[in-house]
Amino acid sequence: MLSVCDAYVTFNPGTPLAVPALRGVDLDIEAGEFVTVIGTNGAGKSTLLSAVAGDVRLDRGGIYIDGHDVTAWPTEQRAAMIGRVFQEPRAGTCSSLTVEENLALAASRGGRRGLRTALGRGSQRRRLADQVARLGMGLEDRLGALAGTLSGGQRQALSLLMATLLPMKILILDEHTAALDPGAAATVLDLSAEITGEQRLTTLMVTHSMRNSLDFGTRTIMMNAGRILLDIHGDKRKDYDVPDLLDLFKKTTGSAVEDDQLVLA
Amino acid sequence: MSALAISGALEAGLLFSLVALGVYLSFRVLNFPDLTVDGSFPLGAAATAVAIVNGMNPFLATVVGMFAGGAAGLVSGILNVRFRILNLLAGILTMVALYSINLRVMGRPNISLYGETTIFTPFETLLDFGIWTNCVVLLVIALAMKFLVDWFLSTQIGLALRASGENPVMARAQSVGNARMTMIGITLSNALVGLAGSLFAQSQGVADVSMGIGTIVTGLAALIIGETLLGSIKVAWATLGCLIGAVLYRFFIAAALNAGFLGIEAQDLNLVTAVVVAVAVVLSQARRNSRFRLWPALRRAFAAPQPQKG
Repeated sequence: MLSVCDAYVTFNPGTPLAVPALRGVDLDIEAGEFVTVIGTNGAGKSTLLSAVAGDVRLDRGGIYIDGHDVTAWPTEQRAAMIGRVFQEPRAGTCSSLTVEENLALAASRGGRRGLRTALGRGSQRRRLADQVARLGMGLEDRLGALAGTLSGGQRQALSLLMATLLPMKILILDEHTAALDPGAAATVLDLSAEITGEQRLTTLMVTHSMRNSLDFGTRTIMMNAGRILLDIHGDKRKDYDVPDLLDLFKKTTGSAVEDDQLVLA
Repeated sequence: MSALAISGALEAGLLFSLVALGVYLSFRVLNFPDLTVDGSFPLGAAATAVAIVNGMNPFLATVVGMFAGGAAGLVSGILNVRFRILNLLAGILTMVALYSINLRVMGRPNISLYGETTIFTPFETLLDFGIWTNCVVLLVIALAMKFLVDWFLSTQIGLALRASGENPVMARAQSVGNARMTMIGITLSNALVGLAGSLFAQSQGVADVSMGIGTIVTGLAALIIGETLLGSIKVAWATLGCLIGAVLYRFFIAAALNAGFLGIEAQDLNLVTAVVVAVAVVLSQARRNSRFRLWPALRRAFAAPQPQKG
């Protein structure tokens, strides 16, 4: 479904501030796989996701989605095949649009937008309202409220629904619970698992928590210094626990994980 | 104030409400501080005047003026999006270029439309409201444009345009082409301004190459007055604010000139406009800041228990 081949990305190339962010990443993800990505700060997790989404261009290598070579496609063109939830709740929704208008915008993703009324007819609007009700956040009563008035958790739930409203190839979750309080984070995470499981979505989720990276999804990837360090999938993944990951990290890199958040979260 | 002065202020106000609608699209919806306006306003006037003098039907000539304004906007949009020139500078470049272009279009610094058939001529006999005829015609046009903008911003493209202006990152993730939206928005904005210039020339009976100076500031003044009175969150209210703000603004100016307030004369108008805009911006910012601190406190004090915040 998704192939990343020999991907290299360097920020500020040719300057003293040059930072190699991806250094030869190869990744193949089958349809229906839920991959969690973990790694220390600066490991290249978010760069990998941005490269798949199209926000970051590769210096070398290629990206293929469902057989299409999308390496040269701009973000908005890839968006027809990619649903995305950002880390920052404000980034994924439009504050000055209502909940319903945000959803309507997502409902026309990948299609040709014309001069039809964005909110659509009664039946379409009821269908959207039903979808919102399934989030269990009480948003169905606030369809006319501006997204800017929602709480962080509500906005992330709305983002998640917007990302998964239409059939698509890949769902990208970029630390989408990191900016939420623990309660809201758990709710949104469970909601993500529920929706991806129900629709059997191919998912890439970056997380800052080793616990979550093993508890959620079907495959765990650990990145370090712009490369994929560990790739755990299949039956043996069930036997892994957080200390095993830490050991493996130390064995492979020769140094211990020094990111408290990563270990403790 | 005489009836003539009132009808004149109303007429000018309704004309500039079209500029305000255009400025609303660029400055507010698209978040693109577009200064093309000072050039597209006289361009609309020039194109229409030349067309009318050469015997074109005035309605068609008005459409020509509107398209000319839109084309000017498209140039600014392309400069910004395709050639990555800063939006402010892109508008300024087009505006400066338009001064020469407007002279070329007209062939001389001004064209008189005295005695020509304009868009207002048929209504003089049809409506027969005396000095109020132009006001009625302009009111109908301004309202039509307001509702057109309201409708457009509620369509799929319009929604994409609003998202693109406010949150380009999110818009892109929803497959909105931000570059395309900028070009569409700036074109429509300047088409409205071109229409305003076209109608202005026809109501005043002259197109002049220097008539565009300060147009953007007048449009902004109208927009900000409207926002202060009616709020800016709902599109329909913001566009209504453009109409009311522009009319009120012209009334302030007319009253100030009329009363000889502080010795203000016609040549001081641009200074007065700039001061009014500066003061209005400062006031609206102060209001917004104080509301920021006030609002949570009010909500905590009066709100019923919130259902399930998460």
